[in-house]
Amino acid sequence: MRHLLSTRHLSRDEAVAILDVAEDMADVSTREIKKLPALRGKTVVNLFFEDSTRTRISFEAAAKRLSADVINFAAKGSSVSKGESLKDTAQTLAAIGADAVVVRHGASGAPQVLATSGWIDAGVVNAGDGTHEHPTQALLDAFTIRRRFFGADARGRDLAGLSVVIVGDVLHSRVARSNAWLLTTLGAEVRLVAPPTLLPVGVETWPVTIDYSLDSALATPTDVVMMLRVQAERMSAAFFPTAREYARLWGLDDERLARLDEGTIVMHPGPMNRGLEISSGAADSARSTVLEQVSNGVSVRMAVLYLLLSGEREDLA
Amino acid sequence: MSESIVVKGARLLGGGATDLLVRDGVIAEMGSGLSEGGARVIDAAGLIALPGLVDLHTHLREPGFEQSETVLTGSRAAAAGGFTAVHAMANTSPVADTAGVVEQVASLGDAAGYVTVRPVGAVTVGLNGEALAEIGAMARSRAAVRVFSDDGKCVSDPLLMRRALEYVKAFDGVIAQHAQEPRLTEGAQMNEGIVSSELGLAGWPAVAEEAIIARDVLLAEHVGSRVHICHLSTAGSVEVVRWAKSRGIAVTAEVTPHHLLLDEELVRSYDARYKVNPPLRRAEDVQALRAGLADGTIDIVATDHAPHPAEDKDCEWSGAAFGMVGLETALSVVQASVVDSGHLDWADVARVFSRIPAEIGRLSGYERGIAVGAEANFTLYDDTASRVIEKGDLRGKSTNSPYLSLTLPGRVVTTVHSGRATVLDGELVDPDVLRSVGGPRG
Repeated sequence: MRHLLSTRHLSRDEAVAILDVAEDMADVSTREIKKLPALRGKTVVNLFFEDSTRTRISFEAAAKRLSADVINFAAKGSSVSKGESLKDTAQTLAAIGADAVVVRHGASGAPQVLATSGWIDAGVVNAGDGTHEHPTQALLDAFTIRRRFFGADARGRDLAGLSVVIVGDVLHSRVARSNAWLLTTLGAEVRLVAPPTLLPVGVETWPVTIDYSLDSALATPTDVVMMLRVQAERMSAAFFPTAREYARLWGLDDERLARLDEGTIVMHPGPMNRGLEISSGAADSARSTVLEQVSNGVSVRMAVLYLLLSGEREDLA
Repeated sequence: MSESIVVKGARLLGGGATDLLVRDGVIAEMGSGLSEGGARVIDAAGLIALPGLVDLHTHLREPGFEQSETVLTGSRAAAAGGFTAVHAMANTSPVADTAGVVEQVASLGDAAGYVTVRPVGAVTVGLNGEALAEIGAMARSRAAVRVFSDDGKCVSDPLLMRRALEYVKAFDGVIAQHAQEPRLTEGAQMNEGIVSSELGLAGWPAVAEEAIIARDVLLAEHVGSRVHICHLSTAGSVEVVRWAKSRGIAVTAEVTPHHLLLDEELVRSYDARYKVNPPLRRAEDVQALRAGLADGTIDIVATDHAPHPAEDKDCEWSGAAFGMVGLETALSVVQASVVDSGHLDWADVARVFSRIPAEIGRLSGYERGIAVGAEANFTLYDDTASRVIEKGDLRGKSTNSPYLSLTLPGRVVTTVHSGRATVLDGELVDPDVLRSVGGPRG
């Protein structure tokens, strides 16, 4: 793997292979010494143009468990705010000798620009770009689903036969996009539930079904309910009348939680708005995978960095 | 003193070939076997003689943004593209909203000498959309402005637009509207649709253009004014203009070469050279624009040449500037998109890229095209050529072209402006030589 920029163009076999390597990495995390020498001498730069402590420390833990040297670069601003430009930053990192750059950027497509510009030769991992994609989040979600439903038999399997309901601000969500592509590639059936204002134009061409009503979506048995975070800035931009109305119609409250089938799991990429898109009862229930998602995130990111940096990129094809 | 030129064997639009004798800035004779002692002889065998191209929509950037383009460098780019006149948009710094600025731009154009530079005046002070600029002063200045536009911004206030449409009637002017409903396009990055949703880029919906055009043609009808629509980009806009024309409303519309050739699929690269306003649209829109140009719904082609320095494009998509250069490649792109496809013949190209834009801009000298007694503005074009566009083909200051590395048909071989050659054998005539040849009439 040369870069990981999106899940849109990952094949089923490529995705399953990443998840299988992540299983191996998860095994390492259960050992007394949670560290492999695989990436000794490699330099991984966490280049974050947007604050995200959660994602940054997850990548940092992943790189360190593989014995890579880690540099955290919190780049303030972008060419939009006339801070340091993406180009100058990239060339600086190239001069430092970065082998992989994990990039979080507020602008959709910035990781792809970094990977194709010629400014830097390093492998690029998209750690979330604007409202485009967040591929490692989708991979860790798929990994979490696979483990929950198939346990020890997870290796080699995809998600065929499972159904996933993704609820919330799909329009602005890179997590929703990456999951819509990846989970369907892996054979899951995906339903998106949102107010029409928070669904992108053209969503009917995606390989998913759409429901405006959470209650009608939950009336059909489902294996996974994934709640998306509602950003504060949507409240004042006429996407929905009030937070209270949103919570009432599209929130996973205790009453809806009680209606779920016994085996249904509840996911959230975090950070959660308790009481808005998810009740505390749902977030803290045994169905909730929120903390598993965090720990699986490290395993999946170890797998991605390992595949990117080990073996002299022999898998360029 | 001005030079005499004899063009040998140029192809005429109606078929057949002719020699052209240019003397004292006008086409003195047409026919075969023409000669004149001391004249520059240009062999034009096989080349099409097109009347000088007139661009109604050019950003020359001076004053204020000389890092992108100047009147001189933009004039050179224009001449290289076969143009003999350009209309310089008002979004400079200071904005061209006073007689002083438009006169300065016009005289910089005269000094450069490559093309006639016709300044466009702002509709509102500072392009702020709040108060009318001194339209009368600009119209009556030495620059004799006839086209007024806040291009880059929409005159979105309906009352102000109504007043502007009414007021310019006193000066035989026209408002050229940049049709973009501002609230519907806040933060917009590309055409809104399937591609924008996948790429996670904020959408610029077609309705934001179409709604303004619909409003403005109705306003023009109501107050009995003419209105010009800049850079039409959607199939729906073509429909609205077609409807307006069928009602007899005095609306004219332009389309850019890039909207005739390129579509939004290119944005998947996140390559900011494809970032332009209005954005590249769907393939269906491109087809509708070609058909609209062919059936006369769209009156003219205009480049919207929009130079930007490298650092404004060499970055992430949302940080990049809108716009692409287009003067040098305009004819080739028109050939590729609508001539080679059979939508237009070369006489149509002369109409949509010379006679009608001159008429809309009230620029005289282009009424009859290439004819005895007409001002000698023409370009000799090799439509059989084919070339890979390289940075060296771009003669302005900026190279933000979406066509770099693309193979395009055709090549401008010679351009003659007011009887003086500005381009010879594909190369720009040196500015000092151009000046020494002197003006056409004294």
